[in-house]
Amino acid sequence: MTNEIIKQKLTEKFGEQLTGWEEQFGLLTFSAAAELNLKVIQFLYDDETLRFRFLTDLTGVHYPDRKGEEICVVYHLHNLIDNIRLRFKVYVPSEKPDVYTLTQRFSGANWMERETYDFFGVNFIGHPNLIRILNVDEMDYFPMRKEYEMEDPTRRDKDNEMFGR
Amino acid sequence: MELQQQQQQHIKLSEESLQKQTTTLNLGPTHPATHGVFQNIMEIDGERVLETVPTIGYIHRAFEKIAERRPFYQITTLTDRLNYCSSPINNMGWHMTVEKLLNINIPKRIQYLRVLIMELARIADHLVCNSVIAVDTGALTPFTYVFQAREHIYEIFEEICGSRLTTNIGRVGGFERNFSEASFTKLNKFLIDFPKTMTEFENLLNRNKIFVDRCIGAGPISAERALNYGITGPNLRATGVDYDVRVAQPYSSYEDFDFKIPVGTTGDVYDRFMVRNGEIWESLSIIRQALEKIQKIEKEFPEQKNIFYAQEADHFHLPPKEDVYTKMEALIYHFKIIMGEIDAPKGEVYHAVEGGNGELGFYLISDGGRTPYRLHFRRPCFIYYQAYPEMVEGGLLSDAVVTLSSLNVIAGELDA
Repeated sequence: MTNEIIKQKLTEKFGEQLTGWEEQFGLLTFSAAAELNLKVIQFLYDDETLRFRFLTDLTGVHYPDRKGEEICVVYHLHNLIDNIRLRFKVYVPSEKPDVYTLTQRFSGANWMERETYDFFGVNFIGHPNLIRILNVDEMDYFPMRKEYEMEDPTRRDKDNEMFGR
Repeated sequence: MELQQQQQQHIKLSEESLQKQTTTLNLGPTHPATHGVFQNIMEIDGERVLETVPTIGYIHRAFEKIAERRPFYQITTLTDRLNYCSSPINNMGWHMTVEKLLNINIPKRIQYLRVLIMELARIADHLVCNSVIAVDTGALTPFTYVFQAREHIYEIFEEICGSRLTTNIGRVGGFERNFSEASFTKLNKFLIDFPKTMTEFENLLNRNKIFVDRCIGAGPISAERALNYGITGPNLRATGVDYDVRVAQPYSSYEDFDFKIPVGTTGDVYDRFMVRNGEIWESLSIIRQALEKIQKIEKEFPEQKNIFYAQEADHFHLPPKEDVYTKMEALIYHFKIIMGEIDAPKGEVYHAVEGGNGELGFYLISDGGRTPYRLHFRRPCFIYYQAYPEMVEGGLLSDAVVTLSSLNVIAGELDA
């Protein structure tokens, strides 16, 4: 099992719908439209040679500069039998961050999706209990988005050029 | 009669709560049996647990957000506070993630020293977990025995890096200073003393009728469900799946070592206990092998003995203080690192290490600045703790308490 075989299998099935092929540090990465996420992961799960049946990680990233696809949801999947990992990304706009939930496939996705909702506001359609998990329930914003800076925005003595980002 | 009605109205209980036959119980957030700040709202019928709803996030400290404004060398202190029972593993995992991004090769001797530290930390982590299972079943003695051994491990850490619990050990590219002679003396003493303590601990518990009866069959989970939940580490191996990151994706030269992966069958409390015990013995053997390999290298290449960080990591490794005061290059690097003039290359990297509780992953996205663009910790505790309701529902309340301690849920790692 190599990255080429996985790529070939996926291209046979989904064709041009999968984009952004990368192989940084040996980890196969690709992305698809948000509404395809369940289909791709189900295919990776069911296929007899691919067998990606372990969800290692699920998280979000905010790219404010990418207009129309600001929020990225990243899945790390693992084939424990052949011992190979892959990374799968979907991009959604921050005004309407709707992604289908993975909880039907992986029970472990439950809290990971709640965490991603908590920090990035990604709306996982079909999630059984999509409420905040680490932050307080009263919070009315999504703190990991880049518009919330770490430093007090009223301070003028610390500018971003000299101090961090 | 009227007064009674008034009082009842004052309490404002919902209609069904007056009729229901079950009891709602708050286990936590500061209950001594939970070993950390997390709450379980349990619905119990007599002693049977019908339903449990875990609430977490009491010590959430926003590490992922803080990390976005910190240069790489300052993030090590954040990783300390994830699983604080085995912080050296977290530290090393973070250094290795950055080294992977920077493409730095670490000399073998430093890699073996890292293995040595990580395995010591694993022993300390498992000792806490296993002895606390005994405490929760009513036996305090084994706990006091092994905590002395844990104290010896912490003394070794103290000798190497100066601190004990939140160690902040090592730097990107190697270590902050070389290991002293005293640290090896202490380590050798530990290697002689510890097997005796461990044998005593096992004799007290492994075949102890009361302990065995309390543990077998409590909080079981099948291998299939465990994989579906994303459980890793000793808790997964107790179900019979031999997944260990050290073997599956070796880092820091784990492929040079010869060790076994202990596995269980039923995934109950006793299996988790036995798997951790087995891992402690394997860790001991790895430490011995690492020491041998280090001595062999030092014999063959005596000049290696004084090297404690990779030369190619110069731009990211904070130089030792005495060099900063006496050497020009060290002063330059020190200044550049502290003032944040050194940028990391662009890239996305996922690196996993076998932490005390399972696969501890670091997902780092760098956009070419001095700080990460995004850093995500894959915390094993956070992922496997959601299986807790499934493990305890239908069992006894006292089993729920032992299950919690056998899972080794660490609040710091849970909440990040």
